[in-house]
Amino acid sequence: MQRTDTANPAWFHKVVDCQWACPAHTPVPEYIRLIAQGRYDDAYMINWASNVFPGVLGRTCDRPCEPACRRGRVEENNGAHPEPVAICRLKRVAADMKGAVKSRMPAVAAKNGKRVACVGAGPASLTVARDLAPLGYDVTVFDGEARAGGFIRSQIPRFRLPESVIDEETGYILDLGVTFKSGQRIDSMKALLAENYDAVFVGCGAPRGRDLDVPGRKEAAANIHIGIDWLASVSFGHITSIGKRVIVLGGGNTAMDCCRSSKRLGGADVKVIVRSGFEEMKASPWEKEDAMHEGIPIINYHVPKTFVHENGKLTGMTFEIVRAEYDAKGRRSLVPTGEPDAFFPCDDVLVAVGQENAFPWIERDCGIEFDQWGLPKLGAETHQSTVAKVFFGGDAAFGPKNIITAVAHGHEAAVSIDRFLHGEDVRQRPAPMTNLVSQKMGIHEWSYDNDTSNDARFKVPWAKAEMALASIKVEVELGFDAATAFKEAERCLNCDVQTVFTESACIECDACVDICPTDCLTITKNGDETDLRTRLTAPSRHLEQGLYVSGELKTGRIMAKDEDVCLHCGLCAERCPTGAWDMQKFRLDTTKAGSACRNGAQVKVREEVAA
Amino acid sequence: MTWITKPKLHHPTLTKNKVGYTRRDYEGRISTLCAGCGHDSISAAIIQACWELDIQPHRVAKLSGIGCSSKTPDYFLGASHGFNTVHGRMPSVLTGANLANRDLLYLGVSGDGDSASIGLGQFANAMRRGVRMAYIVENNGVYGLTKGQFSATADRGSKSKKGVVNSDSPVDLVGLALQLGATYVARSFSGDKEQLVPLIKGAMEHGGAAFIDVISPCVTFNNHAGSTKSYDYVREHNDAVSRIDFITSRDEITTSYAPGELVEVPQHDGTTLRLRKLHQEYDPTDRLAAMTYMHKQQARGEIVTGLLYVDPLATDLHTALNTSEHALNSFNAAQLCPGSKALEKINAALR
Repeated sequence: MQRTDTANPAWFHKVVDCQWACPAHTPVPEYIRLIAQGRYDDAYMINWASNVFPGVLGRTCDRPCEPACRRGRVEENNGAHPEPVAICRLKRVAADMKGAVKSRMPAVAAKNGKRVACVGAGPASLTVARDLAPLGYDVTVFDGEARAGGFIRSQIPRFRLPESVIDEETGYILDLGVTFKSGQRIDSMKALLAENYDAVFVGCGAPRGRDLDVPGRKEAAANIHIGIDWLASVSFGHITSIGKRVIVLGGGNTAMDCCRSSKRLGGADVKVIVRSGFEEMKASPWEKEDAMHEGIPIINYHVPKTFVHENGKLTGMTFEIVRAEYDAKGRRSLVPTGEPDAFFPCDDVLVAVGQENAFPWIERDCGIEFDQWGLPKLGAETHQSTVAKVFFGGDAAFGPKNIITAVAHGHEAAVSIDRFLHGEDVRQRPAPMTNLVSQKMGIHEWSYDNDTSNDARFKVPWAKAEMALASIKVEVELGFDAATAFKEAERCLNCDVQTVFTESACIECDACVDICPTDCLTITKNGDETDLRTRLTAPSRHLEQGLYVSGELKTGRIMAKDEDVCLHCGLCAERCPTGAWDMQKFRLDTTKAGSACRNGAQVKVREEVAA
Repeated sequence: MTWITKPKLHHPTLTKNKVGYTRRDYEGRISTLCAGCGHDSISAAIIQACWELDIQPHRVAKLSGIGCSSKTPDYFLGASHGFNTVHGRMPSVLTGANLANRDLLYLGVSGDGDSASIGLGQFANAMRRGVRMAYIVENNGVYGLTKGQFSATADRGSKSKKGVVNSDSPVDLVGLALQLGATYVARSFSGDKEQLVPLIKGAMEHGGAAFIDVISPCVTFNNHAGSTKSYDYVREHNDAVSRIDFITSRDEITTSYAPGELVEVPQHDGTTLRLRKLHQEYDPTDRLAAMTYMHKQQARGEIVTGLLYVDPLATDLHTALNTSEHALNSFNAAQLCPGSKALEKINAALR
């Protein structure tokens, strides 16, 4: 293999699995260390710069970081239940325990004369506003609702996310001199463009809940509700009760929010009924667990057939029972089992079978082109539409995803807008800012705690079930206390503290190979990657995890490190007599809008990252 | 030294051997030696060898004297019996332990100071008596604990870190072991585990006195230009006479060899040492030829490594003394105290 090019920012970035997996590339280990040190304000601000809504996301994030977390792989065969670090819940700790951070918010520069309109006040638009307003842009955010937040406010039930957290975190952004036009739903793109904004950002989400067109739908309409609309009505207090017996259709996170909300609004017999198998449900595993914990059964392999009603009054639903069959290509089809249809009596049905984009307010002749799926044609990285000054982000851009993806879009779109309004090519993207610094403080002393914790993942305490179910406003999860947060933070392996190898210093004494607790290191003859992976000290199990390969050593062999289950304990560096191994902290920050993202600030274009 | 303990977390694929232990179970405490010390590699090789041999850790006794090398038994086989003896006296204590309990596997760990200076007489007598043991000398040619003076195995003409040239002749432990009747004699290098691990396995399964001289560079005091025990020097002058495979009865023999390339040495316990000769003319069962070849190569500044001599029919001290077949701790009161009649008989025989 070729000597690993560690100058490519992607190399060390990829080793930090959590940060690599995070759409907004939040420097996770860095803020977890700060939490362990009790520096909650600093931890919060690192989050705030990357993901804008630490308090919201610390409760509701889809947390792609956690399945990626190295700790989960490391604990395999080392304990009963391998679990990643509770990254999301630690983020909440930073938000819960911080002091006043208002003074640390960015100063707002003098107005630069450019006007930017943001459609919708959801996470994508607010991120754009957050990035552009301090630079002097005159940002106006439009939203049909009275208060900012978008789906964060309308879709996520209060028992998961208290309103005060939304108010606080949307407030930090609106206080940066952003004009918020509440109660103003934009209903014509042409009219908006006529107002001569220098740039327009569309962050209006995917606001249309999918319906279920089966017999009885029209007749029994009074007791059949579209999930996302119903959640919004609950959120704004328009709906305060539901029937005793409730069926929730759908297997996503919206369905989980619907069933748990129903349980709090008078539903005594609430069940989730889903077409697919339990495992294939789109809802995050922990959201399914939370629903079941509250006594809500999830019934799978039932396909809705009819709404049963008596003179327009819903009485129940029938379902066809199916099983999954997979063809040679692994594609699934649901085949009826031939069992008689199942009937479930109910008073209300909540339909949460997906949501879709809808842009009825964008005139199709205004220049913005749409693809066959009704989504705007955009540059994948630039978020620029076919009208140069119109950009899309969040669910409105590439279909429904999640909050953290919307935030990531917001950052990218803000970079595009900033470059666009400086007359620069938006397709040229700025490289991330990186830093690599030795953590050596003395002989065998490091600036981070390199002693690996053996603790299993700590559970977040919950409010008592009878209290939690009594009101929709009582938050269920209570968050870690400081002592537990410290212990959970210590489970983090500090993957950003990289093992950096200098082959010219190596004397091939084997000390690092001998000491490595997880057998990551091998000194051997070079070969191509497939061959090399068969000759490692321990079997290579995850091919997507990099092999860090040195140049030729004195004996003509090479040093190879399988990054897969490295504990970042630093023992290789401690046992190295010549300092060939060193522990160096890698910090990567994506470049945000501002002078750093513009031409001249850096010569290098963002390098293509090897997946 | 490292302040933290080695994390318990191990590679997910770490496997157990026949007696139910992983390689990590054969480790000891974390080393306090200098980073990069050859001795740590030897410890790792011992751990690997014991794991591969399916040895139960509590069936091993590890004994050592004084010195950097003699500290190492703390760093491997944490669940075995250990005895850290007076300087140079490991062979006597081991001989005593072996006579009392012949059921244990004996591992003697010593250094060039411990065995070639203060303990030279002890070393010589353990070898000539044929005490069944694996005697490993971790040989770095300097006194590391007292800041790097030449030890008795330092080659004449080699340079100290300060630039002083050694004027004394070296004690050749391998030569002595061959001369004094050791029945398994090898030399190896801490930086070559592929060679060292099978040699240790062979020594631990050997039926008599097995001696391995392991050149183990001292990174702090003897790893410079002018040293003959540095990583670079040993790598440049390493003349391996053979590679050994240690074959237990369950292993399948798959590789084929050219005629004359292979020597098979059956061991007393049914295992086989398979020597792949790297020199056609070298005969590892000919003690005299081994000594001659070694001296010749030594004069040319080459370091002969590999299994230099093995006596497949080796016997040990117990056979010579015709001792009891069982460990003394297995005797019951009646056996230990046969009564007054037996005493009278003995007394009568002495009148």
